[in-house]
Amino acid sequence: MNILLFAHLQEVIGQPQLTVDLPQCTVGELKQWMASNYPNISLQQVMVAVNEEFALDTTIIQPQDTVAFIPPISGG
Amino acid sequence: MFEITDKPIDVEQVRGKVVSRNAGAITVFIGTVREMTAGKKTLHLEYQAYTPMALKMFEQIAKEVQERWGDAQIAISHRIGHLAISDIAVVIAVSSPHRKTAYEANEYAIDRIKQIVPIWKKEHWEDGTEWIGDQLENIPYPTGMPSLNKED
Repeated sequence: MNILLFAHLQEVIGQPQLTVDLPQCTVGELKQWMASNYPNISLQQVMVAVNEEFALDTTIIQPQDTVAFIPPISGG
Repeated sequence: MFEITDKPIDVEQVRGKVVSRNAGAITVFIGTVREMTAGKKTLHLEYQAYTPMALKMFEQIAKEVQERWGDAQIAISHRIGHLAISDIAVVIAVSSPHRKTAYEANEYAIDRIKQIVPIWKKEHWEDGTEWIGDQLENIPYPTGMPSLNKED
């Protein structure tokens, strides 16, 4: 599973991307996994996109998917 | 029609993308880097994007504009990287047969950019830095994601 990190999440974790070996899971389960493996990040208000589409906590992620953690956006 | 670039944006080039013989109006919105925000002085900004998804979201905005104002054409360029005060961060050009549509669709597009396009801004102040979020104060999203239908 390819995990992309942006803005402050990227700075806290220290890299823009993580490659993790995880089985099929939901977005909610991945968030829990991230929270327990990276306790210094806050995923409150963070959205998730799976393969470049916004996803819900119930969305299923396949091992080959690309998941992006998207903090509140501020373009424009 | 859509671009994320780390180079300065050429406003005239963005306008040129929506030129049409049927257009009686082109609105061009230019978003620039502001120095003072609520009494705090910005030294410079840094923008970051999830580029492939941002481009998809620009397409989504264009689709919404097409649905609402069928005769409008839209082009958007957003800059990322290091931006100085007064630099251009975003340019939105909308053409349409009539000016009201061109104004309305252009404002709609910038509102939607701030809702659904994954681009982040980091403020560099004299006394620190911060990634800015939630400009429209519509976080947390009740459904877990920004609405892809503005009326929701």
